[in-house]
Amino acid sequence: MLLAVLLWIFTVVSCLAFAAKRWWFPGAISTHAQAYDQQLGLTLWVCGAIFVAAQLLLGWAVYRYRNRGQSVRFTRGSNRLEFAWTTATAVVFLGLMFSGFGIWAKLHFARPPAGALRVEVMAKQFAWSYRYPGPDGKFGRTDVRLVNDAAGNPFGLDEQDPAAKDDIVASALRVPERTPVVLTLLARDVIHNFFVRELRLKQDVVPGMAIPLAFQADRPGKYEVACSELCGLGHHQMRSLMEVMTRDAFDEWLREQAR
Amino acid sequence: MTPAAVRPAVGSQGFLRRYVFSTDHKVIGIQYFFLALAAALAGVALSLLMRYHLTNPDTKVGWFGALWPDGAPGGVMTPELYLSLLTMHGTIMVFFVLTTAPQSAFGNFILPLQIGAPDMAFPVLNMLSFWTTALSFAVLLAAFFVEGGAPLSGWTAYPPLSALGAITGPGQGLGQTLWIVSIAIFCAASLMGAINFITTVIDLRTRGMTLLRMPLTVWTWFLTAIISLLAFAVLLAGGILLLLDRTAGTSFFLPAGLLVNEQLLDRRGGSPLLWQHLFWFFGHPEVYIAILPGMGVVSTVLSVFSRKPVFGYRAMVYASLAIAFIGFLVWGHHMFQSGMNPYSAFAFSLLTMVIGVPSAIKTFNWLGTIWGGRMEFTTAMLFALGFVSVFVTGGLSGLFLGQSAIDIYFHDTYFVVGHFHIIMGVASVFGIFAATFYWFPKMFGRHLSERLGKAHFYATFLGAYAIFMPMHFLGFAGNPRRYPDFTNFEFLADLIPLHKAISHAAYFTAAAQLLFLGNLVYSLWRGKAASANPWNATTLEWATASPPPEHNFDEALPVVQHGPYEYSVPGAAKDFVMQHEPAESK
Repeated sequence: MLLAVLLWIFTVVSCLAFAAKRWWFPGAISTHAQAYDQQLGLTLWVCGAIFVAAQLLLGWAVYRYRNRGQSVRFTRGSNRLEFAWTTATAVVFLGLMFSGFGIWAKLHFARPPAGALRVEVMAKQFAWSYRYPGPDGKFGRTDVRLVNDAAGNPFGLDEQDPAAKDDIVASALRVPERTPVVLTLLARDVIHNFFVRELRLKQDVVPGMAIPLAFQADRPGKYEVACSELCGLGHHQMRSLMEVMTRDAFDEWLREQAR
Repeated sequence: MTPAAVRPAVGSQGFLRRYVFSTDHKVIGIQYFFLALAAALAGVALSLLMRYHLTNPDTKVGWFGALWPDGAPGGVMTPELYLSLLTMHGTIMVFFVLTTAPQSAFGNFILPLQIGAPDMAFPVLNMLSFWTTALSFAVLLAAFFVEGGAPLSGWTAYPPLSALGAITGPGQGLGQTLWIVSIAIFCAASLMGAINFITTVIDLRTRGMTLLRMPLTVWTWFLTAIISLLAFAVLLAGGILLLLDRTAGTSFFLPAGLLVNEQLLDRRGGSPLLWQHLFWFFGHPEVYIAILPGMGVVSTVLSVFSRKPVFGYRAMVYASLAIAFIGFLVWGHHMFQSGMNPYSAFAFSLLTMVIGVPSAIKTFNWLGTIWGGRMEFTTAMLFALGFVSVFVTGGLSGLFLGQSAIDIYFHDTYFVVGHFHIIMGVASVFGIFAATFYWFPKMFGRHLSERLGKAHFYATFLGAYAIFMPMHFLGFAGNPRRYPDFTNFEFLADLIPLHKAISHAAYFTAAAQLLFLGNLVYSLWRGKAASANPWNATTLEWATASPPPEHNFDEALPVVQHGPYEYSVPGAAKDFVMQHEPAESK
């Protein structure tokens, strides 16, 4: 009896908490993020409906079938019901999944346009660095033996290589708005994770692998990059910024760096 | 043929042989029970320290400093100490509570009774597996006391972080090695237990106990044992490779060009992802190792206290089989964002959604079982009903994470923490509590106090939801897990009030467990004496005294005549027909 009431109260409170959206997603800043939010909204509604129905039903059964001296309705089951709810859940669960596959496919299998801005991301315990190819459009040669953080060379740029001379290395990620960007994620010690909430993007950064991550940010602003894979005692401090700039401001910044 | 379990009389055996190095499955079950209880107390204590630190990162606590002079200099916990508590909390809870209590403790005690056997098939092996588990626990705890302390790489121990030694942080030296050794020993113990359970179910069922007359608890213990056999073998292999990477200079999990802490390492040829595949090939089935026995218990308890047969017994058996099998095919959903081939996400996502179906079937059948029944709200029943509620809640958040696309944002956030704590932690623990209240009379010959039990249930039910539901909102806000504090990011500042509420809910819920501990201690000595069959239940453990004698059944072994859940059968003389009652009593 008490349990029935608690179940109902719990269900209502949970729904109110979700409806209040006090702690919620930050605004989406890309088409991918918008598509993501749409699929998430669908999932929320479907799961929310099942949640409410199941909890209320459980509470109802607890209330209705408490011992009041009634006789039991004997049954061992029903194949028809088993068939019905197996089919129904399979349809709902798989339907939900298939409706979200497009987002995954677009993110991972779409070929980025030729003019995309390419940036290398280097993760280490416990900092992020970003490398741009510079005016020549070419990333210079790197060698892990040349890495020198104190001298501002976290990528191990080889100064002997002419293509390396104009490479730009920065501690924050700057990208122009409405421009396709392809990151190449690199780690040199342990596994890290590149996470920008507003992009709805999160990707492990694994030593020994160069993992591409494509996006296009549509709204200028500063967004936090948070490491989201346990990487050691400074994991929680492994922060950097992603600044989405207007095209002009970005070009201006590039020119400044190239000087 | 003589059953393997037949042994000479034991009257002459001394205290050590009877209660410490006993080969009696009932003693061993109780030993496992108390080992799991001790582990649970340790695990909960660690989580309280973590919750305290998260919301009071700068507060000086004198005894922190006294306890951990290096980990909490001046009484302020360092991030590395927090992470070591996190690692140990997860490891202790997953291995020594959720694996040990439902399967090894209750399975050991009840399974031979329920199939009408005098003991497990291999009693000495059974003893050995318990003491090996105890050794494993001791080795794990030793990690706290060595140079550098306990490891900080989490219970998942991803390399390279876990493979490189002290260079990656304190605790990553000897502490991490002890962790791996402990897990390897635990694997060995689990393999011994699994072989024993499987053999017992296959060989020692009494006459008439056909497979489809087995109680669902026996089915789930049986399937859990098969899962354990396959899963722990893989973890053992992975653990050995990791140990070799650490101590023998191999590079199974280490790629070329690692530059760690300004040191260039001479390793090449390995892959960090290989460990994740091996680990999660064990790690996902482990979830079912923790929850399947609870599902069996809940099915039984709902049936007993609704006075109705389990709805769709066969469907329940098939759903359990499906879960056990498909459980081995979904490990990749832990790795959607790991950098593995994104095409594989289609298969893993599909299979993950598919495994949700048998779980849903079980939920429907539980509702079907209580529907039209006459429910008695004993504490065991309350926990079983609570199990259904949290199983639904935790299962639904799985529908978010099982979609590879939706998982992108939620991966490694508190949404995941909330999800697995509800489905794997709270649900399994409710199963353990239901089992404890249901079988305590059989195990100890006394009842737990129902009054204390109900107070404990309501407090725990509300408290657990109050802790873990808000974590979903933290996940919505993108709060990464495994952060020792939230002071470095602007977006996390807004979440502090929610974290505070969660911490307070955790203190409350932990305090509520004192009701259970008090109940346990009081009832062991002062509880109401139990009859052989206090719940008017049908399965064979209730066909013998409480507690059962040395070889379980005083006279001949019972012969089974009926299915396991004959409640309120029309035309029967009373509202339950025990499995071994002669057919004419119907």
